[in-house]
Amino acid sequence: MNEQILNELTAIFRDILDNDELVATPQLTAEDVEEWDSLSHIQLVVAIEKHWNIKFSSREIMKWQNVGEMADAIAAKVG
Amino acid sequence: MLDLKQLKRLLKQDNSHLPSVKAALVGDTATQLLATAVRGAAIDLGFAIDLYEADYNQVERQFVDPDSELRHSDPHYIIIFQATHQLAAEHAAMPHDQRATLAQQRLNFIEGIVNDPAWKGCRIMCLNYPEIDDTVYGNYANQVPQSLLWQTRLLNVGLMQLAQRYDNLTIVDVAAVQSQMGRNQMFAPSVYVSTEMVLSIDALPAVAYRIAQAIAAQRGTFNKCLILDLDNTLWGGVIGDDGLEGIQLGHGLGIGRAFTELQQWAKKLQQRGVILCVVSKNDEQVAKEPFVHHPDMVLRLDDIAVFVANWETKVDNIRAVQQVLNIGFDAMVFLDDNPFERAMVREHILGITVPELPDDPADYLEYLYGLNLFETASASEVDSKRTRQYQQEAQRVELKRTFANEQEFLASLGMVAKVEPFTPFSIPRVAQLTQRSNQFNLRTVRYSEDDVRQLASDPEVIDMALSLSDRFGDHGLIAVVVMRPLDNESLMVDTWLMSCRVLKRGMERFTLNQMVEAARARGYRRIVGEYVPTVKNGMVARHYPELGFRPIAGEPARWSLDLDEYQQLETTITRV
Repeated sequence: MNEQILNELTAIFRDILDNDELVATPQLTAEDVEEWDSLSHIQLVVAIEKHWNIKFSSREIMKWQNVGEMADAIAAKVG
Repeated sequence: MLDLKQLKRLLKQDNSHLPSVKAALVGDTATQLLATAVRGAAIDLGFAIDLYEADYNQVERQFVDPDSELRHSDPHYIIIFQATHQLAAEHAAMPHDQRATLAQQRLNFIEGIVNDPAWKGCRIMCLNYPEIDDTVYGNYANQVPQSLLWQTRLLNVGLMQLAQRYDNLTIVDVAAVQSQMGRNQMFAPSVYVSTEMVLSIDALPAVAYRIAQAIAAQRGTFNKCLILDLDNTLWGGVIGDDGLEGIQLGHGLGIGRAFTELQQWAKKLQQRGVILCVVSKNDEQVAKEPFVHHPDMVLRLDDIAVFVANWETKVDNIRAVQQVLNIGFDAMVFLDDNPFERAMVREHILGITVPELPDDPADYLEYLYGLNLFETASASEVDSKRTRQYQQEAQRVELKRTFANEQEFLASLGMVAKVEPFTPFSIPRVAQLTQRSNQFNLRTVRYSEDDVRQLASDPEVIDMALSLSDRFGDHGLIAVVVMRPLDNESLMVDTWLMSCRVLKRGMERFTLNQMVEAARARGYRRIVGEYVPTVKNGMVARHYPELGFRPIAGEPARWSLDLDEYQQLETTITRV
């Protein structure tokens, strides 16, 4: 797992979900975080897309089960 | 304009000191984030929205069901957001031959709401429809009434026509937001399919501000004045260095076109009543030269209400402009190409809007369009005369310097006032004054034209519209009084407001004399006045006691005037 991506994801999660205690670990899921609902999910996606200058398809957006899968998807696109 | 994240953050602050309005948002797609953004944008504009958000996809039920949550939420503003995507779905589901009636059905629905007595006292804020070109007919759609494009455009024009007919309907122009941003920015397909939101994350604030600005304008807060710098703002180059022939303006030199079009925009604003002023670091004669002699200047000296060119700081000069105009700094916009001057003004003058103009003058106009700085809730004939009135006011300020004594100055003005009940001619202006006046306004009751018409026809109500003129010119209709019976012997002052243009003329004393005369003529013995504090009307907090009204025991905000012992107050204003 790419540490750097997880660190940057932590910053994005904290910023968008407005929760300074969040740490983006590979196992973290939406169920674990109160502020992470379907609407903040889309904000996270848009923030991630802007941050790495990448684009996700709507299928990808809906498919991720946890932060680890998000990070993998980012890593695959950033190359 | 703040982004969604920043708007959310505003909502987490303590906003309890802000004035609050009740509103409801009814939409047919996911509107939760829009609701958040609207509440945040309102706070950025200085007020709070207590927003009821209806479950989506229930637009019709919310309006028709007498027991709906919408009805119970008792909103003052109802924001209706029907998405073009839903319109397209409805269009798709219709038999082809009925598609030509789609726009009319939607219009009938909106017209039904604005006519429904259940929503009386409520303002309907209807979002219009950004276009989706489905290209089913290609360009030929322009010849086919059944096409989605035809129906969407027809619907948007139909909404404009409805808003023209119904005073309680306001259109929020999301279609214009899309023209400005572009459809690819406005709409994000992946966001739409995963959340049913038809606005992208970046478009949410733009639409939210547009809604909040429309509500703010209804509440009487909007920009009334545009203050312009000259060198590299109104023309290219520096007039003091480059001279009349060297500045860039018009279609000849360099990027003159950019400045010409900015001036055309300013001129149109001026024609619809926005006050233009100049504040420039220049010698006055040099600064005025292009306004008089340059063939490509669109703006002329006549268009500028207050012209200040000297070597004082811009902060001091803007304060001097404010002295003449007597409007709040929060109703002023200052345009300057120099980031240093902008920062100075922003830091020292609280409330003034200072757009962060782009470096390239070619970008000025599009950037300014995107800010929608001059939202308004009305436009009337007198708006166009405003510049002349402020120029006259500047002359009065000049004259006043020659008098040591205030009273002598007032007497020298030769003021005459006309006092009339509301007439069909004055009703639009009266309504406009109730919506615009914030400072000299005792109870800040806002009336629509319909409301004013009703006041005028109510025999119980004493309604007065006062106009003032003096030897420099005509101020037009500048004060409004509405009194209603409280009991057989007393009248209550429902509305007493005055334009700040005529402060310190003794107009309030003259007005009170007229009020007493009208009250006595109908046999009343007492006038009760009330002060309802707002953020802006502190100047009239002591209005009634200063005019000789006595406190009423147990009612700290009310005062009473005994007409049996009232002596006419001295005034230098004559009634005609």
